Amino acid sequence: MAETTQLTPELTDEKARIGSPSSPEKIAIDGFTEEGENLSPTNTGAEQHGLKKHSHGDDPVVPEASRGERLKSYKLADFPPLTGREEDWRFTPIKRLRGLHTDALTGSGPEVTVSGASNILVETVERTDPRFGSAAIPEDRVAAAAWEAVTQATVVTIPDETEADCDVTISINGTDEAPAAQHLIISAGKFSKAVVVLDHHGKTTLAQNIEIVVGDGAQLTVVSVQEWDDDAVHASSQQAKIGRDARFKHVVVTLGGDLVRLTPSSFFTAPGSEVEMYGLYFADAGQHLEQRLLVDHAVPNCKSRVTYKGALQGQDAHTVWVGDVLIRKEAEGTDTYETNRNLLLTDGTRSDSVPNLEIETGLIEGAGHASATGRFDDEHLFYLMARGIDEKTARRLVVRGFLNEVIQQIKVPVLEERLTEAVERELAAGNY
Amino acid sequence: MSTLEIKDLHVSIETEQGAKPILKGVSLTINTGESHAIMGPNGSGKSTLASTIAGHPRYTVDSGSITLDGEDVLEMSVDERARAGLFLAMQYPVEVPGVTMTNFLRTAKTALDGQAPSLRHWTKDVKEAMSQLRIDADFAQRNVNEGFSGGEKKRVEILQLELFKPKFAILDETDSGLDVDALKVVSEGVNREHSKGNMGTLLITHYTRILRYIKPDFVHVFVDGRIAEEGGPELADRLEEEGYDRFLVAGTATAGA
Ligand SMILES: Nc1ncnc2c1ncn2[C@@H]1O[C@H](COP(=O)(O)OP(=O)(O)O)[C@@H](O)[C@H]1O
Ligand SMILES: [Mg+2]
Repeated sequence: MAETTQLTPELTDEKARIGSPSSPEKIAIDGFTEEGENLSPTNTGAEQHGLKKHSHGDDPVVPEASRGERLKSYKLADFPPLTGREEDWRFTPIKRLRGLHTDALTGSGPEVTVSGASNILVETVERTDPRFGSAAIPEDRVAAAAWEAVTQATVVTIPDETEADCDVTISINGTDEAPAAQHLIISAGKFSKAVVVLDHHGKTTLAQNIEIVVGDGAQLTVVSVQEWDDDAVHASSQQAKIGRDARFKHVVVTLGGDLVRLTPSSFFTAPGSEVEMYGLYFADAGQHLEQRLLVDHAVPNCKSRVTYKGALQGQDAHTVWVGDVLIRKEAEGTDTYETNRNLLLTDGTRSDSVPNLEIETGLIEGAGHASATGRFDDEHLFYLMARGIDEKTARRLVVRGFLNEVIQQIKVPVLEERLTEAVERELAAGNY
Repeated sequence: MSTLEIKDLHVSIETEQGAKPILKGVSLTINTGESHAIMGPNGSGKSTLASTIAGHPRYTVDSGSITLDGEDVLEMSVDERARAGLFLAMQYPVEVPGVTMTNFLRTAKTALDGQAPSLRHWTKDVKEAMSQLRIDADFAQRNVNEGFSGGEKKRVEILQLELFKPKFAILDETDSGLDVDALKVVSEGVNREHSKGNMGTLLITHYTRILRYIKPDFVHVFVDGRIAEEGGPELADRLEEEGYDRFLVAGTATAGA
């Protein structure tokens, strides 16, 4: 069997492309009526694929005027109790949050172990430490609840002008299901360089805040792997504050867990920076995997690329991708493109994909998005098998090829290999 | 020399109204080196025959047999048939998400040969075959058939024919939807492979124009799930002049040509 390389699928459906990232001069957009679309903040235009109608689909959704105006607060009391009709919770089966949104988060939470590089600093600090809040402000009730509940945080610091001498692994190992809160701070100093892997496994009911500081000129990659046990519940806010001329790469890989809801955000605070955000998720029967990301272009001349890909198989496998990109008035010269692609491997799956691009200035380099959901069906299988390829290899070929674009972005060979194998185990577990 | 033998084949499909018979007793024998044309109006069952040979699960064989050098083809899975040497160039090739042409071609070749092709030769073969069929080099990096035009899809089918070198090639309306230039390019590809003498060809077509480029040794007229008449190449000329009307007077209300 040829097991190899070069599986980068081309994106051919560049919908809603505005400008071109390669075009040297800025383009002005009048009135943004047509191109400068605000893709329905109430998300009536959500693309919904799959056969099963979502249970919240008919409920009224509380609209929000702009993604930029969403409530931010460190205080739980500022967020009303969840009903499931909130714009940002409408896809989440909140009954399955196992109390994260209602209960006191008093569990001890998963154990955190940091290993790898020797020239970085690892500390456990009290919540009075001034670095609490250095990059993030909760944007939803569960994140605020976690913020109030934690007493300590693990802080990983890559000192200024230091290149980590090895990849950093933060192992997060859950051993019980008591609702718990957790706080991590990753701080990449000026002109530092590092790869930090968050490796989540075990059982848990966890509300998590991860603050990421990307200093001026820093190059930081954060990979968050969710390989939880089948019954884990995990809500994670991962907010990055990005300095001047910095490079930040954020990769999420979610394979295990009953309900995993990630809200990665990138906030540009100074010009000249670039962000790449990648996501890969593979949902099996009954799993709910949700990712809602935000790229906030609040300053000029920054670039962002977002690529999320998901595969789904089995009854009631459900994935959600919401990609909010804000180009604020000040953010002239912005260049952004976001893509989400989903592959439905069986019937009974459901994938919601909602790109949301808000553009407040016409003086940008380019802004666009694409969202597509395809089905791997019997005709695809027939085509490949009619060329001599056996059924198992055919399925593996399709899924590997599809997801590899994201896996190969991780650039940590051991991890890439492990995740490729994990994806194949997921496939093998499917009952075809 | 190989022989593909179809004997008294009856095939039906499941519809909402129950099983619907499509093929009503088809017999046909093709030997290596021979070129057969099956011609017939739309809906007469040509694709049903082609897909049944390839093993598409939609079709149920009610009776009759298909053998390849005496081996029971109907007992084989779809991939086993391909590995036994049967190749179907499809009328409507599907787009396969997530798989690049390069990866697909190499995986298929490996499966068909039972071992990976030598990378250096293979890359060269693919490049050469692509250029002969006037397929842009950048297609290699695109996903299988994704976003290809109708004509491009057909060329890619013939590309596979040339690279996989089957014992028997069944071409289901490879000519339809092609402009004259593309028709020539595609026909040349089929002729190149056929002329090597290791392949039998079953060319299914609705129109006669491809027969100007690919000369069949035998012509079979297909009407309402049966072979209504057989002959040599002269039968194709007659069909070009007269159309299918004379076969349809019997009153099956199938759409005429
Ligand atoms: N999925 C289907 N459901 C119902 N009828 C079908 C289906 N597929 C094919 N048929 C019928 O089978 C007959 C033969 O079709 P086909 O083999 O595609 O003919 P041809 O290739 O000669 O045009 C036609 O009458 C067609 O309507
Ligand atoms: Mg047909």
